[in-house]
Amino acid sequence: MFNYTIKRLLQLIPVLLGMTFLVFMLIRAIPGNPAQVILGQQATKEAVEALTIKLGLDQPWYTQYFSYLGGILKGDLGESMRTRLPVADEIWPYLAATLELALFAMIIAVVVGINAGIISAWFQNSWFDYSAMVLALVGVSMPIFWLGLMGQWAFAIELQWLPTTGRENVRDPVSAITNLYIIDTLIQGRFDQLWVVIKHLILPGLALATIPMAIIARMTRSSMLEVMRSDYIRTARAKGQKMFWVVYKHALKNAIIPVLTIIGLQIGLLLGGAILTETIFAWPGIGRYIYDAINFRDYPVIQSGILIVAFIFVMINLIVDLLYGLIDPRIKYD
Amino acid sequence: MRKGKLWSFALIMLLVLSTALAACSGGDDKEGNGDKDKDAADKGGSENKTLVFGRGGDSTSLDPSRVTEGETFKVTANLFETLLNFGEQDTTVQPGLAKEYDTSEDGLTYTFQLEEGVKFHDGTDFNAEAVVKNFERWANGDADTFPYYNSMFGGFKDDEDHVIESVKADGESTVIITLKRPQAPFLKNLAMSMFAISSPEAFEKGDDEYERNPVGTGPFKFVEWKPNETITIEKNEEYWQEGLPKLDRVIFQAIPDNSARLNALLSGEIDLADGINPADGAKIEDNDALQLFERPSMNVGYLGLTVTREPFDKKEVRQAMNYAIDKQSIIDSFFEGRAEVAKNAMPSSISGYNDEVEAYAYDPEKAKELLKEAGLEDGFEMELWAMPVPRPYMPDGTKVAEAIQSNLADVGIKAKIVSYEWATYLDKASKGEADAFMLGWTGDNGDADNFLYVLLDEDNIGSNNYTYFKNDETHKLFLEAQTEVDEDKRIELYKQAQEILHEEAPWVPLAHSIPLLGGAKELTGFVPHPTGSDLLSNVEFK
Repeated sequence: MFNYTIKRLLQLIPVLLGMTFLVFMLIRAIPGNPAQVILGQQATKEAVEALTIKLGLDQPWYTQYFSYLGGILKGDLGESMRTRLPVADEIWPYLAATLELALFAMIIAVVVGINAGIISAWFQNSWFDYSAMVLALVGVSMPIFWLGLMGQWAFAIELQWLPTTGRENVRDPVSAITNLYIIDTLIQGRFDQLWVVIKHLILPGLALATIPMAIIARMTRSSMLEVMRSDYIRTARAKGQKMFWVVYKHALKNAIIPVLTIIGLQIGLLLGGAILTETIFAWPGIGRYIYDAINFRDYPVIQSGILIVAFIFVMINLIVDLLYGLIDPRIKYD
Repeated sequence: MRKGKLWSFALIMLLVLSTALAACSGGDDKEGNGDKDKDAADKGGSENKTLVFGRGGDSTSLDPSRVTEGETFKVTANLFETLLNFGEQDTTVQPGLAKEYDTSEDGLTYTFQLEEGVKFHDGTDFNAEAVVKNFERWANGDADTFPYYNSMFGGFKDDEDHVIESVKADGESTVIITLKRPQAPFLKNLAMSMFAISSPEAFEKGDDEYERNPVGTGPFKFVEWKPNETITIEKNEEYWQEGLPKLDRVIFQAIPDNSARLNALLSGEIDLADGINPADGAKIEDNDALQLFERPSMNVGYLGLTVTREPFDKKEVRQAMNYAIDKQSIIDSFFEGRAEVAKNAMPSSISGYNDEVEAYAYDPEKAKELLKEAGLEDGFEMELWAMPVPRPYMPDGTKVAEAIQSNLADVGIKAKIVSYEWATYLDKASKGEADAFMLGWTGDNGDADNFLYVLLDEDNIGSNNYTYFKNDETHKLFLEAQTEVDEDKRIELYKQAQEILHEEAPWVPLAHSIPLLGGAKELTGFVPHPTGSDLLSNVEFK
């Protein structure tokens, strides 16, 4: 297992390296000069030229790429062209905001999705099965924009149960320590604020959870159906084991492996793919941070932001792979 | 048996769900109002003194001299003050930190009498010395650090075109600014948000540090900045103007999506919302708890025709485009009537506007005739560039482009609509790669120069003159107007230039839109400014 982990970690190096190169070349392939964007529409040609040189953008691409790569190896993620702050300093609050939202959404998606899948398989062809699978189909194909705005209208404006946008009540802001507001409010013992923070998480969390929830439910159902037909399940039932334990203990353990893979991939997708949710719910997350950077042609932020998201993505998938061994002792890593 | 179990399971789930949702309602008050009450209770009074202002984006900096984007100025207009101010809802020059000002006969020497007893937020004195240090800081900078200083005052200290000869203190409260040559909009330039006076002690600690720790003399002081989320400012208790500001705290919240921002306003989480879609204006007017604000128009939305590309190198074709497009129905359909039809390159509120110019009527027959004159009686094919982002001067680029496309089809012109991501769009358009492109402009200081010269003079080809239009006569008129101190003569020059521009038709001017804001009914004293930077010191809840 240890050797396997090391091997996998070593494999990450070419993956991440290739990715830095790809991102580096892609953002330079799109038209638009950062110097022009920074200086705005009023800028004179001379000013734009001067800034282009100052930012080093007149250098050949390989010089730029290797100096960027050299910086990363020294732990320097570069400096934002727009805010003039080191990316390493400013990225954490955005990343924390997205992590909190993505994990919240994933908990909803996993709990609801797995259970819906199990029950659908257990009571195959029942009305629950049919309605859950229709809902799952609707969930996968629902545009988040529409879902988010409808959710705001129903739960915030009509029912007034939940807030429309943001992470906190801005009139009574959370003082950030870790920038994960659930943890921050707990540390400070502000349970009133904790409740407000959770209320802010519900709508964007549900909007973000819809698609993974539907995918997980469908995956769990089909995987469970397959396992439920196997001999050992029939044996367990023949022994007189209660159906609940047969399903949740014996069947689930074997059925969960493919579901786990999907969960790992979905977490990764939520991290980088939450831009729409973050925009509609005014969530100050990493998706919007990188998206804004693309609009501003803020190369260092785009490069390093994507690098960090990609790094988390591959790490999550590594953890998922290692989990297989814990769940199923038949899987061995050499 | 099996069915029974399923039913009880479903029932339990339903129970859990409804309990959870009921708990979410958290008693009898909605969050917005509940916390407003709490806020008021903290102050020991019954009135609400915190304003939450929802807007489309976050600021990039809090040092106004270093940036060019409007979201920054929305905040800094309340933290800082300028030597001169604009009028409450126009761009006339009014006293600011300078209570009196005097211009010499030749337009080269300006004398400012400063307000006395004014202090910066850090407790240091505002005086002539501080003003001089601010100007020295800018003049010693470069285009990257102080972009607006560069474009408004012709460069920096050692540049030949730099307009300012010297800035000198004469005693505690007199500043004398001498120019190398007259600059007609000089006083207006000084009233722009970017030339706000900062505490020298604060900015001398370093420009980059200062961007996130602004120190001015304004009615509000900086408190906290949570990037992409909120900027909080609070009442400056020592403010020199009696009784102001009326609010205790203002929170600027970034909510990028227009519809979501409207939802936040409807739910009471924010008190004021910028960037309301024209289509949502009626919704706010019909709501008893809200009011609609109209920002006086100081913009222009247009269809630019790149004069270096065939067939737009022919004047007749450009004029035909003007006759072919039905501007009024575009305004009725996509601006909900909240715009003025444009006939010049600048809005009528700007001094020098030529109302005698006779607008091109919607006349497809005339357009066909002109095309025939140009030898294009069978029409032609072209690319029509549609703006990918909504802007106050163009709320829905794609739909307007479709309307224009069908107008053009009526006279035999086949337009193919294309669009690019915004920065790409601007980059390609500025290189002259578009046949016809939609674009617009919001004025900075309400001066004709800021529209006509910036957008249509040969000096600005490659930057803001996207059409590559070049005309010796207008060029001469623009340069003359820049140094003409006599206001009447200057107006005459701009009027002549507009006649020529109308005849040459490098644009199809479309609309001068009226940007909308929505606010809580109890809000008073909010006066939207045409520049987009609103001073909030008179705002309160009644």
